[in-house]
Amino acid sequence: MDYLGDLQAFLPGIITAVAGLAVITIEALKSGHKSAYWVTSFSLIVALFFGIQSLGTPLQEAFSGMLVHGGIAAFGNVIILIGTLFCVFLSNDYLEGIDHNYNEVYGMILFATSGMICLAGANDLISLFLGLETMSICLYVMAGLIKNEKQGAEGALKYFLLGAFSTGFLLYGAALLYGATGTTSIPGIGAAASSDLLFLAGAALLLIGFLFKVSAVPFHMWTPDVYQATPTTLTAYMATASKAATFMAMILVLSRALPSVEGLDWQAVLSVVAIITMIFGNIIALVQDNIKRMLAYSSIAHAGYALVGLSAATPEGYSAVAFYLFAYTIMNVGAFGVVAYYERNKGLDFSDVNNLAGLGFKKPMMGVMMSLFLFSLAGIPPFVGFVGKYYVFAAAINANMVPLAIVGVLASAASVYYYLRVMVYLYFREAHKETEMIDASFLYKGALVILALLTVYYGIEPILPFGGLMELITGF
Amino acid sequence: METLLNITIYLPLLGIPLILLSKNENMKKWSALLVTSATFLISLPLMFNFDVVNSGAAQYLTEGGRISSTLDIKYLVGLDGLSLLLFMLTTFMGPIVIISSWNSVAKHLSGYLAMLLLLQTASLGVFASLDLLVFYVFFELSLIPMYFLIGIWGGSDRIRATLKFFIYTLVGSLIMLVGLIYVGYDAGSMMSGVNFTLDWRFLSSDIYQIGLVEQTYLFLAFALAFCIKVPLFPFHTWLPYAHTEAPTAGSVVLAAIMLKMGTYGLIRVCLPLFPNAFMEFAPYMATLAVIGIIYGALVAMVQKDVKKLVAYSSVSHLGFVVLGIFALNTVAVQGAIIQMVNHGLSTGALFLIVGMIYDRRHTRMIKDFGGIAKRMPIFTVMFMIATLASIGLPGLNGFVGEFLILNGSFFSELYDNKVFAILAASGVILAAVYMLWMFQRVMFGPLENEENKKLVDLNAREIGLLVPLVIFMFWIGIHPVNFTKYSENQVTELIITSKEKSLAVLETSKTEDLPEWANSFYGVDEETESESLMVSTN
Repeated sequence: MDYLGDLQAFLPGIITAVAGLAVITIEALKSGHKSAYWVTSFSLIVALFFGIQSLGTPLQEAFSGMLVHGGIAAFGNVIILIGTLFCVFLSNDYLEGIDHNYNEVYGMILFATSGMICLAGANDLISLFLGLETMSICLYVMAGLIKNEKQGAEGALKYFLLGAFSTGFLLYGAALLYGATGTTSIPGIGAAASSDLLFLAGAALLLIGFLFKVSAVPFHMWTPDVYQATPTTLTAYMATASKAATFMAMILVLSRALPSVEGLDWQAVLSVVAIITMIFGNIIALVQDNIKRMLAYSSIAHAGYALVGLSAATPEGYSAVAFYLFAYTIMNVGAFGVVAYYERNKGLDFSDVNNLAGLGFKKPMMGVMMSLFLFSLAGIPPFVGFVGKYYVFAAAINANMVPLAIVGVLASAASVYYYLRVMVYLYFREAHKETEMIDASFLYKGALVILALLTVYYGIEPILPFGGLMELITGF
Repeated sequence: METLLNITIYLPLLGIPLILLSKNENMKKWSALLVTSATFLISLPLMFNFDVVNSGAAQYLTEGGRISSTLDIKYLVGLDGLSLLLFMLTTFMGPIVIISSWNSVAKHLSGYLAMLLLLQTASLGVFASLDLLVFYVFFELSLIPMYFLIGIWGGSDRIRATLKFFIYTLVGSLIMLVGLIYVGYDAGSMMSGVNFTLDWRFLSSDIYQIGLVEQTYLFLAFALAFCIKVPLFPFHTWLPYAHTEAPTAGSVVLAAIMLKMGTYGLIRVCLPLFPNAFMEFAPYMATLAVIGIIYGALVAMVQKDVKKLVAYSSVSHLGFVVLGIFALNTVAVQGAIIQMVNHGLSTGALFLIVGMIYDRRHTRMIKDFGGIAKRMPIFTVMFMIATLASIGLPGLNGFVGEFLILNGSFFSELYDNKVFAILAASGVILAAVYMLWMFQRVMFGPLENEENKKLVDLNAREIGLLVPLVIFMFWIGIHPVNFTKYSENQVTELIITSKEKSLAVLETSKTEDLPEWANSFYGVDEETESESLMVSTN
C-alpha cells in the first residue's frame, strides 16, 4: 500500500481538517484571537494550491478505493476551495459587522470543507456518506449562528430536521444498493447493476437524497428560509460550495454506479426534475422583495440548469455541469458578497430590494460589481454565467434533448426580469433618504474585485488564444 | 489592416477608463469625443482599401485559436460587402451621438459616456464577427448599455420601457441560441476533425446543407430573434415605447444601428444557412413587411408626439428593408442594404432634430408648436432636408433605397405577385402624408405660443453635427454607386449560391423521408418548380 501517495491524493482535505483542529485549539487557548482567521485563509490558499496542481491528472483511486483523486474530482476540489476561500475573506468583515465573528465559525467552515472534499471525491458509499454528513452537520451549526433571533432558530431547525430526513433517504438507498449488489464501492455497484426492484429502489432513494441537498424542486422547501436566516456570507458558502460538492458527487455516482439498466431511466427523471426546478425557481423568484430570498430561489433555478447537463448523461454533459458549478460559484459568492456589504449598513433593512434605491450611484464600485454578477447570473454574454449555460444547453442539444434546452432558455429569459429588477432599484430609482454608507475594507473590496475579474475573464476565455479551462475538466 | 479592424472595434471600450479617470465634465466629454473620432478615422482606411471586386470574401480577417481541438469556436472577425457599410455607419455615428448629448446629460455623465462607448464596441463587434457564437455574444452585449441608457437617462416611464425592450429582445435571441447550438453540432458533423463549428465561411458555403424539416424550425428560431430586433410587425410593440423614453443619443443609436442588427442578421445568417426555408417563407415575411409598412405609416399619422411619430415611421421604413431582403434578387437586396444606411442617416437626423427642439422647449407635442420656422430658419432647413430624405424625395438618399426595393420586389420571382410592391409603394405616399403634415403643423402656421417666440436658432455645435449627415444624404442620393458598389458582388454571389444550395437540398431530399407538410410546403416532388428556380438564378 502506498500510504504516502494516498495522503498526497487527499492533501487538500487533510490540510483543511488539520487547520480546522488548529483553529479550534487556538480558540480554546485564546478566545477570539485573530490568528484563527489567518490560519483559515492560509490553509485554504495552500489547499487550493495543491488542488490546482492536480488539475488535469487522470482520475485515480486512493485509500483502497474509498476515494478518487485527479480528473473531475480535482476540479471539484478547486471549485469548493475557491468558493470557501472567498467566503472566508468576506466573512471576516461581515461577521465582525454583525457582532457574530466567532472563531468557531472558521473551524466549522474548515471541517465542512474537508467533508465536501471527501464528498466530491467519494468512490464508495461509505466515504460518500461520511463526507456528506461532515459537511451537513457543520452547515446546520452555521445556519443557527444568529440563535437569538427567531428567524435564525427557525431556519436552523428546519434545515436540521429536513436534512436529517433526507440523509435517511440517502442512507436507506445506500443500504438497498448494498443489498442488491453486495458491495458499497461505486464502480462495484455499477458493475453489478441489475434491474431488480431492490436496485431500482436503492438508486431512486439515493437520488432523492442528492436532490434534497442541491435543493431541486420538489425538495427545495428549506432553501429560502435557511438562506434568509443564515448570515449572508455563510449563505454564500452554503449555496455554492456545498452545492458544488453534492453535484460533483452526483456526477461520480451517476456516471459510474448507475449505468443504463432497463427500468432505470434516471435521465428522464432528472430532466423532468430539471424542468420543474427551472420553471418553479425562476417564477417564485420573480415576486421576492427580499434579495436573499430572491437569490435563494435563483439558486434553486441554477440547480435546475445544472441538472439539465446531468440529464444529458454524456462526458460532455458532466464537464459542462462542472464548468457550470465553477461559474455559479464565482458569480454567486460575488452577488452574496455585495448583498452582505449593503446589509451591514445601518438605518434601513438593505436586504429589502426597495431600500436599495439609488445606491448604485452612491457606491459606484459596489453597484457596478453587483450589476456584473447579476448579468452573469442571468446568463448574458460576455460573462461566465453565459458560458456555463451555453455548455450545459449545448450538451443537452447534442444529446438530442432540444425541448429540454428550449425550456431552459425560456426559464432563463424569465429569470432576467428579477435580476434586472435589482438594477432597476440600484440605478433607475432615486434614493429614499440620505443614508450614510460605510466603506468596505480593502480586503473585502479586493475579494469582490477578483471575483468580478474572474467573472469577466472566464466569460471571454473561450475565445482567447490562451484559454482552455474546459480542457482541464476531464477524467470521469 | 487586420490590426486596424481590431483597434476600431475595441478602441471605444479602451476609452472607457479614460473617461472614468478624467477629472471634470468637460474633459470627460472631450475624451469621449476624441475616442470616437479616432475610431472613425482609424476605420476609414478599412473602407478605402476594401477590395470591391472580391467583396464576397471576408477581408481583414483575424482568426483566433479554437477553444478546444474538437470545438471550432473561435474569435473570427473580418469585413465583407454585407457588413462594411453598416460597420462604417456605426463608426460614423459615434462622434455624432457624443456631440449631440453635449449639454443634455443632467446626471452621471461618466456612466452615460461609458455606456455609449460600450455600445459602440458591441455594435461594431456584431457587424464584424464571422463566427456566429462571437456574433451572438456581441449581439447580446449590446443590450446591456442600451438597458442602462434608457433606464437611467430616459423619460418618465423609462423603467417599464427599458425592461420591455430588454426582455422582449432577449427572449428572441435565447431561442436563437438554441438554434445556433443545434447548427453548430450539425455543421461540425460534416466537417472533419471537429464536432462543432459556427464558422460563417463554412456555414454559408454550399458544402453545408441542412435538411428541409430542420431548416424550417431553425429558420423560425433565427427569424424570430431578428424580427423582434428589426422590429417587424407584429413584434414591434417594444420599439415606439423604447424610442419615446430613450434619451436622444439612445434613440439615435437604437434607430441608426441597433435595429439594423436584425435586418443584417436576416441576410447574414438566415439566407445562406436556410435558403429553402428562406424562400418558402418569403411571401409570408413579405406580407408581414407590407403590413408593417402600412400599419406603421397609419399609426404614425395620428401621433401627437413628434418622437413617437418618428419611431412609428421606423417600423414603416424597416418594413421596406425586410421586403427587399426577401425579394431575393440583386436589385432588391442591394436596395435593402443601402436603405439600412439611409434609414440610419435620416431617422438618426430626425431623432437628433427632435432632441434639439426638446432641449429648448421640453415638449415634443405637435400642438405646442407652430410657426417656429420664422424663429429658426437654419433649423427649418435641416429639418426639411431630413424629412424629405425620410420620405424618399429623388435626389436624396431615401429615394435610392426605396426605389431599388420596390423595383426589385415588383419583379421578384419569389413573391411572384406584384401586389406586394404596389401596396408597399402606397407606404411611400403615406410617408409623405404623415411627415409633411407633421412638418407643416410644427414649422408653419401662425406663431401663437408665447414660449415659441423665445426660441433661438441652432448653434454651431448643432449645425456641425447635422451637416455631415446632410452631406451623406445628398451624396447617396445623387451618386449611390459610391456606396452600393461595396456590396454588389457579394450580394450577387450570395443569391446565386443560396439558390444553388436550395436546389441541391431539394434534390437530395426524398419524399418518403419527409413529413407530409414538408413535402407540400417545399414542393419536393414538383420538378418544374426547381427548373423555374434554376432559370431565375441568372
